[in-house]
Amino acid sequence: MADSTTNTDIGLTTADGKPLKQALAYAQARSRRRAFFLVLPLLLFVLVTFILPIGQMLQRSVFNDGFTTHHDLGTRVDTPIMVNLATWFDENELGVEPDEAAYAALVTDLIELKRLRAPGSAGTRINYGLAGSRSLFTKAARKAEKLEAPFKEALLDVSAKWENPKLWQVMRSASSSYTGAFYLAAVDRTQDAAGDIEQVEENRRVYVKLFVRTLLVSLLITFLTFLLAYPIAHLLATLPLRYSNLLMIFVLLPFWTSLLVRTTSWMILLQSQGVLNDAMVGTGILDDADRIQMMYNKTGTIIAMTHILLPFMVLPLYSVMRPINPSYVRAARSLGATSWTAFRRIYFPQTVPGIGAGALLVFILAVGYYITPALVGGADGTLISNLIAFHMTKSLNWSMAAALASLLLAGILILYWLYDRLVGIDNLKLG
Amino acid sequence: MALQSYASPLEKLWHYTYLVLCGLIFLFLIAPILIVIPLSFNSQPYFTFTKEMLALDPTGYSTRWYDLLLTFGMNAPDVPRDSSWWSDAWNNANWIKAMKNSVIIGVFSTILATVLGTVAALGLSKPDMPYRRPIMAILISPMIVPIIITATGLFFFYSDIGISKWSIFGWEIPYLGVILAHATLGIPFVIITVTATLVGFDHSLTRAAANLGANPRTTFFKIIMPLILPGVISGALFAFVTSFDEVVVVLFIGGLDEQTIPRQMWNGIREQISPAILSVATILVIISTLLLATVELLRRRSEKLRGITPH
Amino acid sequence: MKKTLILTTALTSMAFAASAAEVTVMSWGGSYTKSQVEAYQKPFTAETGITVNSVDSDNPATPIKAQVEAGNVTVDVADVEFSDAIRLCDEGLLETIDHSMLPAAPDGTAAADDFIEGALQDCAVANIVWSTVFAYNADNNDGTPTTIADFFDTAKFPGKRGLRKAAKATLEMALMADGVPAAEVYGILDSSEGVDRAFAKLDTIKADIVWWEAGAQPPQLLADGEVVMSTAYNGRIFNAAVAESQPLVVVWDGQILDFDLFVVPKGAPNKEEAMKFIAFATDTQRLADQASWISYGPARKSSGALVGLYSDGKTEMGPHMPTAAANLGNALVNNFEFWVDHDAELNERFNAWLAN
Repeated sequence: MADSTTNTDIGLTTADGKPLKQALAYAQARSRRRAFFLVLPLLLFVLVTFILPIGQMLQRSVFNDGFTTHHDLGTRVDTPIMVNLATWFDENELGVEPDEAAYAALVTDLIELKRLRAPGSAGTRINYGLAGSRSLFTKAARKAEKLEAPFKEALLDVSAKWENPKLWQVMRSASSSYTGAFYLAAVDRTQDAAGDIEQVEENRRVYVKLFVRTLLVSLLITFLTFLLAYPIAHLLATLPLRYSNLLMIFVLLPFWTSLLVRTTSWMILLQSQGVLNDAMVGTGILDDADRIQMMYNKTGTIIAMTHILLPFMVLPLYSVMRPINPSYVRAARSLGATSWTAFRRIYFPQTVPGIGAGALLVFILAVGYYITPALVGGADGTLISNLIAFHMTKSLNWSMAAALASLLLAGILILYWLYDRLVGIDNLKLG
Repeated sequence: MALQSYASPLEKLWHYTYLVLCGLIFLFLIAPILIVIPLSFNSQPYFTFTKEMLALDPTGYSTRWYDLLLTFGMNAPDVPRDSSWWSDAWNNANWIKAMKNSVIIGVFSTILATVLGTVAALGLSKPDMPYRRPIMAILISPMIVPIIITATGLFFFYSDIGISKWSIFGWEIPYLGVILAHATLGIPFVIITVTATLVGFDHSLTRAAANLGANPRTTFFKIIMPLILPGVISGALFAFVTSFDEVVVVLFIGGLDEQTIPRQMWNGIREQISPAILSVATILVIISTLLLATVELLRRRSEKLRGITPH
Repeated sequence: MKKTLILTTALTSMAFAASAAEVTVMSWGGSYTKSQVEAYQKPFTAETGITVNSVDSDNPATPIKAQVEAGNVTVDVADVEFSDAIRLCDEGLLETIDHSMLPAAPDGTAAADDFIEGALQDCAVANIVWSTVFAYNADNNDGTPTTIADFFDTAKFPGKRGLRKAAKATLEMALMADGVPAAEVYGILDSSEGVDRAFAKLDTIKADIVWWEAGAQPPQLLADGEVVMSTAYNGRIFNAAVAESQPLVVVWDGQILDFDLFVVPKGAPNKEEAMKFIAFATDTQRLADQASWISYGPARKSSGALVGLYSDGKTEMGPHMPTAAANLGNALVNNFEFWVDHDAELNERFNAWLAN
């Protein structure tokens, strides 16, 4: 741009004598700047209140200083802990059998832990890597001051578990605040004593299974919403506007109704003493003893979520179908196509963009659903979001929650990117 | 969708089957929302239809659950209903307190989202907006990122900066964290609706106004504002509903005493679905019907204003 | 100068008085919170003028860590289970409690001797002994379940079962139903074979379980007929049965006894009032009073004699207490040390089991 301005020194000029091109470029730059400054406040707001917190959470998934720093919650003073042990780990590579020096370092650190009243939090960090080791720390710290050399034997007297090579591997890994262990755990993997990655025991594998289940359930829901949305979107698109606007209320009212209200409705409909079962028993279809369990399981989650996400499929389909000119189908019919062929070859291909937009949107929203599975899901209807909530609010293993959330987020961002490429975010429509 | 005269009997049969099918799907959409309304008038503490209700016996129906919404949490619910009873209900009833909180949070977050969102939408719809696509993607992302992830991130962030202790002149701002979070969640809706009204906006209108001597302020208020107002109001309503319906963020970052209507419902649903929950649900359905009607009217008005005839 | 000084002093003392006159107590909700409000909170406010704010949680132990680590503590006193009290104390999340401030029994016995064993901890003071039992709805069962084995016997007693969605208590009950005597439960659960055995027992009824999380849910599930039997906190069933006349019956066989303890989160805004509240609430008379609102046993020996009738004025509380001799036939005392250690591990395994 700059080059072209300098090259055209004999061009037209504006009234005040500036070259026209330059003035134009200047005006355009000013207009670009003005547009950008209009967006800037919101952009900053979203960056600070949304992007930054999420970025910070991502950091937490690889950062856990439970075994390196003690935070005194009363005085807000941070003290490094386990320093002697960390030094020993620095000097000795993985695989070196812990010697007397290692145990002596450990005992010194345990005494310091006791003084800081921190054996519990340090032990908890190790417990994430090796279950059952928390009390090793609380017990040993209680007795640490009285232990005498040789420390290895003294500590093994307190508990023989101190010898476990896996424990030493976990302590080594935790002695650095940055770790990938939580991501490993989030895909049901762990490091063995030698530091190699292996699968966790079969009866502890849960996350991969839940990721897969979340995916399958979301796919099924996407497919079901497509099946249900297609006919009514078609009907709405082909009816005269007066009628379709009226019928559109059936789609838009659920869209505007509180999620909790809709979930409650499904609970009273699906309970074993609920409206549907009562109706079936009342009309004699079902025996009172054979009431169908439709809630607190996967069925409940799928039914309720299909209902809740259906409008997100109908609206994009409708906006694609409405402008389709009916004369194409009529032309196909007049050329001898059956109505099925005309639909398959002429009508359906024109609606594919709408299907893509709706399916992606429904799938993205389904993958992250939390409220509905939490309320109607029971045990086998819970999804990965519920496990994130479990680690956030119950087990309080926040690094684990952050690691799971990051994996889920990565998947969703890929889909979002895809949506933007294929559909364009501008084309999102709300009613 | 009339059936063509050349349709074969088989096609006729299919056509009617199709209409029935559509009817059933519409029923699936609307029935779960309407079912709560009669059940909220149940005189028994059940959430299924009793024999009396099915027989349309008036004794099967009552408004006791609506009454409970007022009395639950009151200091003295059983005294005669004079002005002090009503002020007791207004100040102490749990659901009324929750409603006040929901409205405060909803109004402030909506104002924030609408003002910031509308200004940004004006910028985004300018033809020479730089980096339009990535910026748009960032601004819409709060709608796409699962709420549990947002809530997790905000929980850490707000506790790190200690937002609950922030104050202006010694006055602690209640619900500040929740208001900011809900504003963020409402922003995508404002952006989407306002940019939609700006699609096909004839920029020569503003130039014409400028030509005729209007300064940018006058142009904005006399030309742009009336045209985008329907979109702004729709966006604001969307943002308000988003806040009014949001529970996960409130659960994660709200204080234990910061009860909102959805949070109170969440607790109620998990402990027991009494018909009192259904009466709240009914009220919410009525509110959403009103909001929907408003938005629909605005949309049509906007289309008329911009001279777009719907096809 | 002097005037300003007086003014400032007056202002600060006023500000102090205004902010000091309250204490926030977090408990488990429902009829349990109600019993505490009636027995502790109301008399405390009447005597000291300090307002008590009551807030509820599914498990008050969980918000404490979040609040303390965030440096945003809004709760002054929380009511938590034994293993949680120890764990939170170990992690430095609680204030230590000076036991010498606790009042002596009316006969002069020092508090340290009056509380039952284990009830006084560095950071916690117990108020009640409660238990996890199972209960059934008499209207929906043919026959009478009498043992914990019956709970797991869906052939003899068909129908859904309610269980708390957590490993604690669930695994112990499974083992007892499998024939393990109460005294051996924790020994067996400490080995991976023992854990496998407990899960194998749970597998036999897995398809019939409805999981609950809040203490108020089981009585509701039982009354609605959603389940025919459910584990529950014994006091909740008592209240549903006596106060609301629901046909619910407690089965004491295989009950698991536990303490609930008062703790003060580190950095509590009204620490002084919190300590006052704990000293007040755990005196002999208050603990006995709570037992007239819900069937949980007082943690002081001297309170036992004062426990009389339920607040309806006619129901004798004694037989409904988890500690009544007749109810202790096959009872297990919760091993807090075991759960402090294995809570994370077994819940992880429990989640994996749920997901399969």
